[in-house]
Parts: sequence; C-alpha cells; structure tokens
Amino acid sequence: MTDNHDTPGALRLPLVLLLSALTAWLGFTVLGLGPAPGDIVKLVGTNLDASGVSNPVTAVLLNFRGYDTLLEMAVLLLALIGVWSLGETPLRWEAAEGTVLMHLPRLLVPVLTMAAGYLLWNGAHAPGGAFQAGSVLGAAGVLLLLSSGDLAARIMGLPLRVLLVTGLGLFVIAGLGMLTGGNQFLEYPLPLAASMILIIEATATLSIAATLAALFLGGRPGG
Amino acid sequence: MASSANLYALVGVVLFALGIYALILHAHLMRKILAINVMGSGVFLVLVALAVKGQGIPPDPIPHAMVITGIVVAISATALALALMLRLQLESGRDSLP
Repeated sequence: MTDNHDTPGALRLPLVLLLSALTAWLGFTVLGLGPAPGDIVKLVGTNLDASGVSNPVTAVLLNFRGYDTLLEMAVLLLALIGVWSLGETPLRWEAAEGTVLMHLPRLLVPVLTMAAGYLLWNGAHAPGGAFQAGSVLGAAGVLLLLSSGDLAARIMGLPLRVLLVTGLGLFVIAGLGMLTGGNQFLEYPLPLAASMILIIEATATLSIAATLAALFLGGRPGG
Repeated sequence: MASSANLYALVGVVLFALGIYALILHAHLMRKILAINVMGSGVFLVLVALAVKGQGIPPDPIPHAMVITGIVVAISATALALALMLRLQLESGRDSLP
C-alpha cells in the first residue's frame, strides 16, 4: 500500500472547491428535473396486461426493454471472458480452515438456494426476478468455493462453460424464435409471454449465478 | 417528488462527488476501483429517488429496471478491474498506474 505518490496536499483545496461547485450544480439540476416526458409510467401501466407479468419492473426488464437485459447478459459474459483472458486464477484453493467455513455452507446454501427460487418465482408479480435470484445463488456459489478447495477444479470443465452461455443463448434463441411466428425480435405474444419470461428468467438466473461465482475466482480456473 | 426522495437524490449527488474526490486523490488502483463503485452507488441512489412519484402513486419502473441492470454491470466491471489490477501487480509489482 504505497500512498506516497498521491496528489499533493496543495491540490486538495481547489479540488474540494471544484467538487463542491459540481455537487451544488448537480443537486440543483436533479431537484429541478420535471416528470418524465410523455408520462412513461402511465404507458407502462396501460400495457402491463400485455406483458405476461404483473410486476412493472419485471415487465420493463424482460418484455418492454428486453434488449437491455439481453445485452446486459452479454456484458456479464464479456466481463468473464475478459477476466479469463488475463490468465489462470491467481489463487490456489486449499482445504477450508476452521469450523465456520466447514459448517456454514451446509446451513446457508440450502437456504440461499430456496431464497433464490422464491425471488425468481416472485419476480412475476412482486419485487424480485432473475438478477436478484442470480445474485443470491451466486453468493451460495462463492460460499461453496470458499469452503471446498477442490470444488473449483471439479466443476470447471465443459459443464461450467455450458452453464455460463445457456442464459444468453436461450434468450437469443427465444427472441429469434418469435420471428418465425410473425412477431418482432423479443416480442412475446400474450398467451406465451408469461411462460417465456419465466423460462428465460430461470436459465438467466443459473447463468448469472455461475458467472458471478466464476468472476470471484479472478481468472480462468486451471483444469 | 416527495421531500424524502429529494433528500435521497441529494445524498446520491454527494456520494458521486465523494467518489470523484477519492478517484482523483488516490493513486492506489484498489482505491480508485472503490471510488468508482461509490460514484456508481450515488448514481443508482439518484435514479431510485427520481423514480418516486409521490405518496400512494406507484414509482416509475423504468429507472428501477435501469438500476438493476446497472448494478449487475457494475459488479462485472469491478470484477474485471480487480482482475486487471491483480495481473498488473503480478507482472510489474506496481499497485498504481505510472
């Protein structure tokens, strides 16, 4: 931790003054913002029935602005590819030391898995959804990686890679599949919408969890 | 906009500015990564606060969806930045940019 080449103290005062001005200006701007143009909230509300879910946030994420979520899955995968391209994981996994890491995963992983399933199912009509569920499941994965030293080596082959791309792959296939029925890319017709969103979210949850846990390793897992 | 939402939005702006301060001032890459995360949290707080439309009116779902997207992107970008930092340290022994 070398902090000796930090910015010299003489520069701090001008910086504080500049940032205070910025804060005042940004705060003034943020408070002065009017309502969203075209009353976009009402637009979501009137189209909610056509989305297949009753939670407006999930409707926006998976239906109205499905592109955002699709590309976000791609960003997650790209970040992992970037991390893997830097080399093998710098950490050597050893057997867990101490009783906490021995017993905590046995208690927590089932609870976390159940919580993730609940969040995923709940996302259709209440706060929740693929990203929340994926994060919880990813945390369970990190806990497992911490507690069992050889887990990383055991699961890190083709199965992991398949799991990582399934979420994005199924999302793209589902979007393209809609084209054959005369719809737009990622446009789900109403009778299908609810189940389509649930299937996409379920696979996305697994992929997000796997990606987050794999990112935690900080490099390509050595086979 | 409700008054408590105004407060949250202002706190978000302050967090953003604090993040810039730390980002400029500290040379250590770990601190810079943390600073960018604080800035991001400030932006998320502003977005969530701006979504509030008032008492009894449901909040605007679009900023909420954007924040969920943003949080996941921020996590993956942080992981990539940390991996780059570790690699730099391994290759050159430095913990800051030249």
